[in-house]
Amino acid sequence: MGSLFRSEEMCLTQLFLQSGSAYDCISELGEMGMVEFRDLNPSVNLFQRKFVTELKRCEEMERILGYLLREIKRADIPLPEGEVNPVAPLPKHVLVIMEQLQRLEVELSEVTRNKEKLQKNLLELTEYTHMLRITRNFVHRSAEVGPTYEEFPFLEKDSMMDYSSMQRLGAKLGFISGLIQRRKIEAFERMLWRVCKGYTILSYSEIDEYLEDPDTGEPTKSVVFLISYWGEQIGQKVKKICDCYHCHVYPYPNSNEERNDVVEGLRTRIQDLHTVLHRTEDYLRQVLNKASESVYTWVIQVKKMKAIYHILNLCSFDVTNKCLIAEVWCPVNDLPILRRALEEGSRKSGATVPSFVNRIPSNDTPPTLIRTNKFTSGFQNIVEAYGVGNYREVNPAPYTIITFPFLFAVMFGDLGHGVIMALFALWMVLYEDNRKLKYTRNEIWNTFFEGRYIILMMGLFSVYTGLIYNDCFSKSLNIFGSGWSVNAMFKSGNWTWDSTLRTNAFLTLDPNVPGVFNGPYPLGIDPIWNLASNRLTFLNSYKMKMSVIVGISHMSFGVILGIFNHLHFGKKFNLYLVLLPELLFLLCLFGYLVFMIIYKWLAFSARDSQMAPSILIHFINMFLMQGDGVPPLFPGQVGLQVFLVVIALLSVPVLLLGKPVYLYWLHNGGANRIGMYRGYERVRRHSEEELSLMRANDMEEGSVPSDLSTSREQQKEEFDFGDMFLHQSIHTIEYCLGCISNTASYLRLWALSLAHAREYQHTTSNCILY
Amino acid sequence: MPSLLFCGPKMAACGIVISIWGVIMLVMLGIFFSAKSAVLIEDVPFTEEDIRNDKNPPGTIYGLYNQVGINCFIAAAIYVAVGAVSLCQGHLVIARNWLNGQHYSFRFSSLDLHTNSG
Repeated sequence: MGSLFRSEEMCLTQLFLQSGSAYDCISELGEMGMVEFRDLNPSVNLFQRKFVTELKRCEEMERILGYLLREIKRADIPLPEGEVNPVAPLPKHVLVIMEQLQRLEVELSEVTRNKEKLQKNLLELTEYTHMLRITRNFVHRSAEVGPTYEEFPFLEKDSMMDYSSMQRLGAKLGFISGLIQRRKIEAFERMLWRVCKGYTILSYSEIDEYLEDPDTGEPTKSVVFLISYWGEQIGQKVKKICDCYHCHVYPYPNSNEERNDVVEGLRTRIQDLHTVLHRTEDYLRQVLNKASESVYTWVIQVKKMKAIYHILNLCSFDVTNKCLIAEVWCPVNDLPILRRALEEGSRKSGATVPSFVNRIPSNDTPPTLIRTNKFTSGFQNIVEAYGVGNYREVNPAPYTIITFPFLFAVMFGDLGHGVIMALFALWMVLYEDNRKLKYTRNEIWNTFFEGRYIILMMGLFSVYTGLIYNDCFSKSLNIFGSGWSVNAMFKSGNWTWDSTLRTNAFLTLDPNVPGVFNGPYPLGIDPIWNLASNRLTFLNSYKMKMSVIVGISHMSFGVILGIFNHLHFGKKFNLYLVLLPELLFLLCLFGYLVFMIIYKWLAFSARDSQMAPSILIHFINMFLMQGDGVPPLFPGQVGLQVFLVVIALLSVPVLLLGKPVYLYWLHNGGANRIGMYRGYERVRRHSEEELSLMRANDMEEGSVPSDLSTSREQQKEEFDFGDMFLHQSIHTIEYCLGCISNTASYLRLWALSLAHAREYQHTTSNCILY
Repeated sequence: MPSLLFCGPKMAACGIVISIWGVIMLVMLGIFFSAKSAVLIEDVPFTEEDIRNDKNPPGTIYGLYNQVGINCFIAAAIYVAVGAVSLCQGHLVIARNWLNGQHYSFRFSSLDLHTNSG
């Protein structure tokens, strides 16, 4: 495991892979997971690369696997729980998998289609049965009404034609029967009435049970109807109307015996269909069950295969076309592992000529690699969100492991809530191997789960700061006994039971009276402050000063970390021309503020608290160079302040001009060692700018800028004073303004802890205790 | 017999979590009120009259403290009941799902293919 302090040392290597064993070698390198390939064919289109057909085949397999997974999920078949990590299959096995997948797909689609057809058939037969059953009732009913065909009370008077006259005209009585959806029956009836003008009789009745609509799959209510009509033309019209309303028309049996036969036949057919459907569903489940055992293995295998072909596309063939050349960034410490991986790959593919590795020198900036484990990766991600460090720069992440949760805890500061947060994070950490938790698709949950260690640290630190602020669900805990005693105000002070208590709404405990203040609380804020009405005045002062102290310390630490960078890159002049002015500016102004805060805490006690000066006024006076109106904090304060302001003001031009002027002088001095500095400076500056423009992706960014930068040219460029000066002036302005604004923004530590306490207090008083 | 189930799986889980928090918090509050902690003075409903007419100070205030403490314990008991009801509902939900052949009531969808990732 590499060091977290600084990014790893990388080297550029060339791999010569024999074409027969290229696939296996890349597979081994992929399992190792520590190298970055450079694209050796940047000008070639995606579709013209060498392994395009194989990639297409992989994508086809992915499509089939997606279809399989959907079908398995739809059938509610449980998928295997264990972690599988198969290696990529050899090219000869790929065809086997492909064939299996295609066969599965064909079988599945066929079976699904058959099932749908059978279900449709079943629906039709069911409807027919219903229709026959219900129309039997119609016939019985109309048989009772029977010979009253001559009088049709519901026919219009003017178009009345009785049965006998119809018979004389040779018109035959015809029947049309079928089913229609319930919501259409009224419109249907009205249409029939208007079109056929009473030459038809419609009787209908609703079916009790819900039948599934074949188009939408929803259960709908249907109505069985029976139309009796005279004459062929009427019959045609009726048929057309039935078509319009999407009725399912079934043949109407002419006699009772025929009806009974049809019903019998239908019953047997329905039973047969049920059996067949059952068997089909069983078979489908069997097929899916068998597929579900290995579907995850296939998914991972196909993914790995696709990745290998993608990498193979990045390599180039040499002139003899027998050997693949790849350029790879590899950590120096991992070179033996790389060699071993290539040997393994060659052995597996049974190649006669081994593939080998050759380290080549390069002037390009290598990519930044920082090895992390599951604990540190969260913090590293947070830091990289602001920007990825340059090659071999000091990594700020290990310090954020402590400072980030600590600053959160300073703002959160509640013991009870901290415990709950820590327990929640502990649960996530203990169950981190649970598959359900790891692979859920909920975005918000994923964010929490990825940061489980961060949340655990934040919770634990919050418990600590909750103890310091003495805040547990916004109430104080009295663990050690308060240091203030009210009784002493009566005994030794001038309070009396009658006059003082009855006439004053608020009373102040005076710590100068003996016995009132018995010493500070051992750990944290005294619990009596929770009962005090001037609690916020006290806490605000405390928290604001604490925020400023924490902020200045944090910023100074960051600036001091730069020492390691300057020393490592061999630029000692940076220490005197950049670091020293920066530190002086920061410490002379804000470090002095911190000093004043601590001095005031130590030098002034309760006895002379009336005369304690305001630090804010002194700080303002320092900049305005006035010192006469207010008594000094300590003797010689005015002189010291003037001295510090002068030093801070002088350090700004040194920061602004020192480095460019020095480098210009060096350049024009003409020494030989300039060459190395200049070239390195140039390369470094290019990569700085380009890296700061690109997003963090821990292995990806090395290749592009190094291609664009002046890697192949040697140190022939002019030293660009204007460019250097501009860069340095931007840095100066950024630093000075940043000092001031960042110090002020550390006050959010105070603001948020205030808001948290008030928020929870209001919540409890409004919701729970009412 | 009509089903006793009236809430779904998520509401049952919600009920259980809230009941556990409520029971723990209210029991602790009840204990602290009975111990007459000074910090909780703002939540005790006393008036000016109570203080002025007190024959045996601070007896009235202590009595009020005890009263609020007992209220907290009663509320905790109610939460226990709510928790028991939620637990029963949760069991009924699981039993119903088992009968319907569906063995997972929360399904997190698992590994999915990204067909257009590199």
